Amino acid sequence: MAENGADRSAKQDVLLQIRDLRIDGKSGDDWLPIVKGVDLTLHKGEVLGLIGESGAGKSTIGLAAMGFARDGCRISGGTIEFDGIDLRKSSEDKLRRLRGKRIAYVAQSAAASFNPAHKLMDQYCETPVRHGVMGRSEAEHDAVELYRKMQLPNPEEIGFRYPHQVSGGQLQRAMTAMAMSCRPDLIIFDEPTTALDVTTQIEVLAAIRDIVEQFGTAAIYITHDLAVVAQMADRIKILLKGDEVEEADTRTMLTEPKDDYTKSLWAVRSFKRETQAAPEGQPVISVRNVSASYGPVQVLDDVSFDIYARRTVAVVGESGSGKSTAARVITGLLPPTKGEVLFEGTPLPPDYRKRTRDQLRHTQMIYQMADTALNPKLSIRKIIGRPAQMYLGLRGRKLTERIRELLHLIEMEPDEYIDRLPSELSGGQKQRIGIARALAAEPRFIICDEVTSALDQIVAEGILRLLDRLQSEFDLAYMFITHDLATVKAIADDVVVMQQGRVVEQGPKDEMFRPPHHPYTQLLLSSVPEMDPDWLTRLLEERRHKDQPASADA
Amino acid sequence: MAVITFLFWAAVTLAAAMALSWGFRKLAATATRGEMSRALRDAPLTASFGMMVILIYLIVAIFAPLLAPYPERMVVGSQFQPWTAEHWLGTDALGRDMLSRMIYGTRNTVGIAFATTALAFLIGSVLGLLAATVGGWLDQGLSRLVDVFMAIPSLIFALLLLTIFGTSILTLILVIAVIDSTRVFRLARAVSEGVVVMDFIEAARLRGERLPYLITREILPNVTAPLVAEFGLRFCFVFLAISALSFLGLGIQPPTADWGSMVRENATLITFGDITPLLPAGAIALLTVAVNFVVDWQLYRASGLKE
Repeated sequence: MAENGADRSAKQDVLLQIRDLRIDGKSGDDWLPIVKGVDLTLHKGEVLGLIGESGAGKSTIGLAAMGFARDGCRISGGTIEFDGIDLRKSSEDKLRRLRGKRIAYVAQSAAASFNPAHKLMDQYCETPVRHGVMGRSEAEHDAVELYRKMQLPNPEEIGFRYPHQVSGGQLQRAMTAMAMSCRPDLIIFDEPTTALDVTTQIEVLAAIRDIVEQFGTAAIYITHDLAVVAQMADRIKILLKGDEVEEADTRTMLTEPKDDYTKSLWAVRSFKRETQAAPEGQPVISVRNVSASYGPVQVLDDVSFDIYARRTVAVVGESGSGKSTAARVITGLLPPTKGEVLFEGTPLPPDYRKRTRDQLRHTQMIYQMADTALNPKLSIRKIIGRPAQMYLGLRGRKLTERIRELLHLIEMEPDEYIDRLPSELSGGQKQRIGIARALAAEPRFIICDEVTSALDQIVAEGILRLLDRLQSEFDLAYMFITHDLATVKAIADDVVVMQQGRVVEQGPKDEMFRPPHHPYTQLLLSSVPEMDPDWLTRLLEERRHKDQPASADA
Repeated sequence: MAVITFLFWAAVTLAAAMALSWGFRKLAATATRGEMSRALRDAPLTASFGMMVILIYLIVAIFAPLLAPYPERMVVGSQFQPWTAEHWLGTDALGRDMLSRMIYGTRNTVGIAFATTALAFLIGSVLGLLAATVGGWLDQGLSRLVDVFMAIPSLIFALLLLTIFGTSILTLILVIAVIDSTRVFRLARAVSEGVVVMDFIEAARLRGERLPYLITREILPNVTAPLVAEFGLRFCFVFLAISALSFLGLGIQPPTADWGSMVRENATLITFGDITPLLPAGAIALLTVAVNFVVDWQLYRASGLKE
């Protein structure tokens, strides 16, 4: 695929040509540039990967390729030419006839993009029927065909379900099928697998790649995950703050990146902390034979693990495996039905309301979504200051000093940030404030609930390094809840693998990453995308041979 | 011709209002300092117009005895006198000075409506926040009670309660406040429910924060914007409710001056082409508009709404 990408450019089969594209976004009364003059050429049947951190302008460019600008944005310069049609000069009516029929769009969150009130089939048929490509019964027939090609279970029947009756991975595939309904010339995939578990991601990736190859569709694949784009794209373009950094075909880009920024992106996954000494003494937190349930539904079944000071226990599993529930039991939000949680040898009261202030202080939590974890109406000073004031009784000047010290610890300039509101910070900075709030209580143990999964890789790496440094500085014990095994490799000492509320395997990291594995661990491990562009092909080949139960989301 | 004259005067009024509010904004911005001054300088003209009107009403209400040329309840001449130099707005059905009654009416009507709305908000939002934060049986109990109250048409309910408890101003305030607080409760509870499920509330609970802190520091700042907007609207409804009750004879009792009943008492004049009875109604309308202008501006600032 990658090789003939270069050949093609010689021929005159350019599908999409964007020249000097400029897009502005409204901020207050001013227009600020979001995209600052990007060129893009896409040939028929070619897949172009757009990579960048959030705010790089990748989604904005993706939408501009359809001649569309979001509310509060405007295309202020450049040309967008799709198959000889100038999209900037086309009327809204003409654009409407192109969109859906010749250019299709697959959004990041299929769950949020489907209309919950209509069946999948009705939503599938709307585009081809409206555009007059085919009749209703023909479209339905076609849908089943595509559902089958997308490897959806029960292709005959799945179209008659509502979106909420279908899992996330299946919805994402159904959406891709929907985008294919008119056999468009170009599909724009905007982070189609970012919201999915690794095991589910593989299937969606495989399905997308298959279908794009079969129909010779050109695609723009937008993502911040390099390993994913390496599997999908013929060429990769890297964006930074609305500017192009570099562009090359996938293999060249992976093996010999030219720009420093690209190299730094590539190096991100190299963070690995030093191996810690074997645990000694009493565990800080130990979970003993805990079972828990939400009403009649049992979500944890006989779960036990220990967490020692200066060590990080990574709890892995897909969504619904009970990782976060285990954290809720430890914090006391969900009292267990059986078993107990010990803090340094003494049992903690099961309900957080019955715990002493000191017991509460020693267990702190850092949340996945920093946006909802920080009160948007309180200043950083108040957010970080409150635990220090409450638990340690600091007041006035002493409190301010402590807040400044904490801000220094998380590598943020106190004078600049102390009186800001969370909305005035970037995603990574918000997460740092979340860490500072946990530290302010001077705890022994911190639960990190998917702390990096909402962040870009570079920012995420910074957070992991910070957490690592703080751990050795303050002898902290971490419980790291994640579904990202790259993060586990980087930061964990011990690993607990969970599936359907049970611990299927646990032990030190090195043992866990060495075979033999529990089949489920094997599935998780092998599903982590690698930077090798042939990885997906090879993996699918292997799985086909082994005839392993590949589906985990069925 | 009449249309043109009307348009001319409308344009003149609008221009005068704009100029006045512009001047008021300048004045207010220079009179205040720091954050406040900056906020006032950036305020839209509508908001400064609203603030100006409210300020004028406040001054009139506070200094009513000094401003009014005649006492509130004294009969000073014959009935229904036209506008003269002596009685600027003429006299009413009993021969009392209209202007003086208008001025005293500011104090009575606005004061009572404001006290009632404030009380309704105090009861409604405290209970609403409590219900959302504590949840469980308290939430169930309060919500069902409010449902029962809301099931009874509010005007009939108010009439019923007023006939039971008598028609003093205090009972009037209490009855309308309690009835209106059910609407505030609904809103406060609904908005807080959305905030209570956020992670930062969980973090605060796990920190061991007590209920008062949780409500006042963590939740309240996040629900003020819709509550403020509701305040503006509720204030107008309370106004109307008081006027309606006065009309039915159970509201503010004569001889206390009140804009609602002033309209009714002098309504006969309208048939003679005199606009005097409409002035109290106009005063109500102007204040309502002014309050909503200011509320809109505050809402815009609090929520960061752009469009």
